[in-house]
Amino acid sequence: MEDRVKQQARESAAGTSVPHESAVLHVAGEATYVDDIPELVGTCHIALGLSTQAHARIISIDLDAVRAAPGVVGVIVAADIPGHNDCGPIIHDDPILADDLVQFVGQPVFAAVATSFTAARKAVGLARIEYESLPAVLDVATGKSQQSWVLPPMQLRRGDAEQALKSAARKMQGHFSVGGQEQFYLEGQISYVAPKEDGCFHLWCSTQHPTEMQQVVAHALDIDFNQVLVEMRRMGGGFGGKESQSAIFACITAVAAYRLRCPVKLRLDRDDDMLITGKRHGFEFEYEVGYDDTGLIQGAKIEMAAQAGFSADLTGPVVTRAVCHFDNAYYLGDVAIDAYSVKTNTQSNTAFRGFGGPQGAIAIEYIIDNIARELGKDPQEVRKVNFYGQDERNTTPYGQTVRDNVIHELVAELESSSDYYARRQAAAVFNQTSPVLRKGVAITPVKFGISFNVVHFNQAGALVHIYTDGTVLVNHGGTEMGQGLHTKVSQVVALELGIDIERVRATANDTSKVANTSATAASTGSDLNGKAAQDAARHIRNRLATLVAEQHGVNVADVEFADNMVNWGSGKIPFRELVVQAYESRVQLWSDGFYKTPGLNWDRDAMQGSPFYYFAYGAAVSEVVVDTLTGEWKLLQADILHDAGNSINPAIDIGQIEGAYIQGMGWLTSEELCWNEQGRLTTHAPSTYKIPTITDCPQKFTTRLYRNQNVEDTILRSKAVGEPPLLLPFSVFFAIRDAIASLSDNRINPPLRAPATPEAILDAIDAIRAEAK
Amino acid sequence: MDTVRFILDGKLVEIDDVEPTRSVLQYLREDLRRTGSKEGCAEGDCGACTVVIAELTGDGIRYRAVNACIQFLPTLDGKALFTVESLKAADGSLHPVQQSMVDYHGSQCGFCTPGFIMSMYALYKNNSAPGRGDIDDALSGNLCRCTGYRPIIEACLHMVDYPAPQDNDQDLRKQLLGLRRAAGQSLELERGRYYAPTSVDELASLCQQHPSAQILAGGTDVGLWVTKQLRELPVIIYLGNVSELGQIKSSRDNIEIGAAVTLSDAGDAICAQYPEFSEMFRRFASVPVRNAGTLVGNIANGSPIGDSMPVLIAIKTWVRLRHGDDVREMALEDLYLDYMKNVMQAGEFIEAIEIPARDEHLELRCYKLSKRFDQDISAVCAAFALRLDGDTVNEIRIALGGMAAIPKRALLTEKLLTGGKWDESSVTAAMGKLAEDFTPLSDMRASADYRGRATANLLYRFYLETRSQQPLDSEAVNVFAVPG
Repeated sequence: MEDRVKQQARESAAGTSVPHESAVLHVAGEATYVDDIPELVGTCHIALGLSTQAHARIISIDLDAVRAAPGVVGVIVAADIPGHNDCGPIIHDDPILADDLVQFVGQPVFAAVATSFTAARKAVGLARIEYESLPAVLDVATGKSQQSWVLPPMQLRRGDAEQALKSAARKMQGHFSVGGQEQFYLEGQISYVAPKEDGCFHLWCSTQHPTEMQQVVAHALDIDFNQVLVEMRRMGGGFGGKESQSAIFACITAVAAYRLRCPVKLRLDRDDDMLITGKRHGFEFEYEVGYDDTGLIQGAKIEMAAQAGFSADLTGPVVTRAVCHFDNAYYLGDVAIDAYSVKTNTQSNTAFRGFGGPQGAIAIEYIIDNIARELGKDPQEVRKVNFYGQDERNTTPYGQTVRDNVIHELVAELESSSDYYARRQAAAVFNQTSPVLRKGVAITPVKFGISFNVVHFNQAGALVHIYTDGTVLVNHGGTEMGQGLHTKVSQVVALELGIDIERVRATANDTSKVANTSATAASTGSDLNGKAAQDAARHIRNRLATLVAEQHGVNVADVEFADNMVNWGSGKIPFRELVVQAYESRVQLWSDGFYKTPGLNWDRDAMQGSPFYYFAYGAAVSEVVVDTLTGEWKLLQADILHDAGNSINPAIDIGQIEGAYIQGMGWLTSEELCWNEQGRLTTHAPSTYKIPTITDCPQKFTTRLYRNQNVEDTILRSKAVGEPPLLLPFSVFFAIRDAIASLSDNRINPPLRAPATPEAILDAIDAIRAEAK
Repeated sequence: MDTVRFILDGKLVEIDDVEPTRSVLQYLREDLRRTGSKEGCAEGDCGACTVVIAELTGDGIRYRAVNACIQFLPTLDGKALFTVESLKAADGSLHPVQQSMVDYHGSQCGFCTPGFIMSMYALYKNNSAPGRGDIDDALSGNLCRCTGYRPIIEACLHMVDYPAPQDNDQDLRKQLLGLRRAAGQSLELERGRYYAPTSVDELASLCQQHPSAQILAGGTDVGLWVTKQLRELPVIIYLGNVSELGQIKSSRDNIEIGAAVTLSDAGDAICAQYPEFSEMFRRFASVPVRNAGTLVGNIANGSPIGDSMPVLIAIKTWVRLRHGDDVREMALEDLYLDYMKNVMQAGEFIEAIEIPARDEHLELRCYKLSKRFDQDISAVCAAFALRLDGDTVNEIRIALGGMAAIPKRALLTEKLLTGGKWDESSVTAAMGKLAEDFTPLSDMRASADYRGRATANLLYRFYLETRSQQPLDSEAVNVFAVPG
């Protein structure tokens, strides 16, 4: 009985689309971001002097004119850093300020601190820096040929891929490249530091990882962790770009505040932000694959080369995730993967939603698309032949058994709801008579592993207070970047205590409240922090239930919390009144909570283990029309079916799915990063770097949640939803490819690179036209 | 010395000491600590800073979204400013555009939201039942990285479902009338660096007195010189208060567009006669940029990738230059000498342009190629104007942007085609000839090779649309015309 009631309550609250907790503040312009915090008296502002060279020794730095410029109160160079000149998250190869060597155009060399942002920016231009140029590596191919790595190569082997290729009926080899992607969070990087008494510092920082900011600032200043407090209420978008790369700005700002003994703010101009910070890694793939006449893959050999940029940053885990997602939803037989983290004299690439997973998975989708055309089949047929099985063919190349596979049912449902086959047919008919335009339709699946690949990151803490008016304050280790984490966590707490969500307030992440937190990353925010907050709330609920049981002589298990009331057998009391009674009975009304994900293991050297708690699934159908004269294209329709488990908040989850679809579509189409011959990024502003806009959202856009419960005991049996849907727009890329291939009656595989800009599309069109002749 | 006066939240604001290039966004965020409006790019490309400016029209008030980051504060003189903080009712209830955004889950990180809200507010004020096309247009200048836009579109479709708030336009109109500057009441700021004359004669004389002054109209380019290049502008002469220059005069022979006419208004006037240019004007920057920027500013600036020049050159537009009391006219293509260089002398300015009235025997098309549909800078912008005599080419004008250091005609190709048959073989030959007319550059927008191939193919597209036998509809050659 109890379980059934609880289950019902859970299901209802777990399916409620309450608005984002800050929605009213957002629309009224009242939500406070770091730059909106009222400035303390005497606040100074920083602008950064950036390297103009891709790789060079610094011969001399003359900052006299900067110091003398109007409004300037000081300059900061590497020698001013009292502690370590490093802010690397894993490997210590990330200088805060360049010392004697610059390694990319845009690397910060010094900071000008002035009474206004404009004064600081104007002063920066007065610096005179002399360089001695060194040879620069500007692209992956060159770096790979020179064995220029930021980390040792990685290898994953299952079975004997060489032998499998030899014995396969058919073989194919080729090359594929996919570009990087700028995060383009709307709020640029920003840090604001106030010196406090006794050598302490308060840092407001737009970051996904307050604890790491605390640590890197302490290292930079050579002080203890307990002297740095980091506070983060909300970010104006993160997408991975503020996981590790907020560190350099936090450190520079802290050093300036330390040296000048005043509050200091560093808010980056957009161009500087894009010139300095790393992006999604671009990848180059060389593949060889063996398959049979049905398209069943028997073995695959692949070399992945990721553009790491000048330092390691998070490249190690990014490439690991790429390796662990090369399989996507497919059983690949014998596999040999070699992965290279190529050092180039460019921005140090970093986390971006999907974290290597999308890059790894699109490679196998490209291969399968090729196989289908070789065999004259619908790519969907070849995809289904290769899907992971339920009871066999269900082990990933890295040794994890796929136990929650729903891809067959999910894809079947989407094929039907989207009318996939009829639309394929209609597009083919259109293409037979259309003189210039061609249509393409594609369906692609997603399987995405959830958990940090580093086991110990999979932990979280929370702190829940109940005040004597019955209201609740929640604090936890996650950060809010728009994804609705605070909303979901508040829903979980409200459900646990049986009260309305209006009574629950989530507060800023604060390193002085919950310590040693993990980054809000890897889609794990709700899984980890929701569980931790539930644990905290449950402790208090149990204490309250115990009080009721003692007062009324009932069993603790018979005390129910629902609808702002606490019920037992024959009696009931408003939650708020019980809280007062509890206070007067000296019952502790606050609690911590803790969670660690069970059952994870990972052998980094062998690249084997069970790094993921579970998998999230999804699929999308996209239909496009392509202009064969110009390479222009338009998305006509998108149909998505995605597995968010038992969704805690369907509106928020659908928002994540649609947002990821459009964002991933940008990565694969309009978002192109370009560097000139000197290694300078030439797409460093929204005028030149084009993320999707409103017209790119298709008129016909249907997103549904797949009816599912997580087989694992996750928070309310939901599934993580931040990153997996970023793979859904693969279907856009392959629909474009499908449209192009129609020019050869689907016989020739168009050599389409990503991003598929109009130019890339026209190149592929002209290539297959030439080949067809 | 003078005072900049404008209305904010129904109250008169007077500022005596204005740095002429201080942006409206800096004023809001730094001086008023009114931090709802955000800075996302400081170049008018992201829309996070969008505010609404209300101005008097003949008998009413016009509400228009603009980018506060590149709008100089003194240009608010005589206008009313609305920011995201202006919209809530006195009782604290949300405006319909705000409530609809909440109810349809239109915000995630929330940083772009105030800008979206203000673009939606302008749309709400100007359109009682916006459809998807209106919404796309109105919000084309607002970037959102979180939502994928679908819920924002829903919010726009439903914002009219909520009870309308009280309309205060009559009171506002009275206030704005009180701020109106009569002829001769030019604004001149104390620092001697900003003049806002009210007549063309006065403007002409100011330009002669200050030959190195920067003329400012919408500021959508000049604004970036300040925010991005950190340039000092010693003297600014603002055109916005010269009412003669704000006029569009249509006669039987031509359309005359004054130097202060915004791209929004100019586009409407031109497209009424030349509907073939509607898509190009729709894709020209974004609504906030078109609401501030002027057509003549685009021409005077003379960027080789300015989108208006190819079409205007193709249809034989003339420019009228003014220098003191002297006036001279020339064909638009003769204005340009080399990259960002033109024939104008110091102190000379463009008073107006004259576009010939539509000739019904003209076949016209304009094609814009870029990575993105909305608000992108062209890799190639191509305009074609063709006059056929039977199936013989009587006259053809081909003007291109993005293919040379200046907006330029394809004279060799035009010559080759003129007098010949308008058929497949001569068009194919002309496609090859284009390579002799242009030596484009490779840059982040496209390679020289793509520019060349695509331009030739656009000539072919133009032929497919205008051939006498089975001409194709735009739906058959233009992906953006395909429904769906």
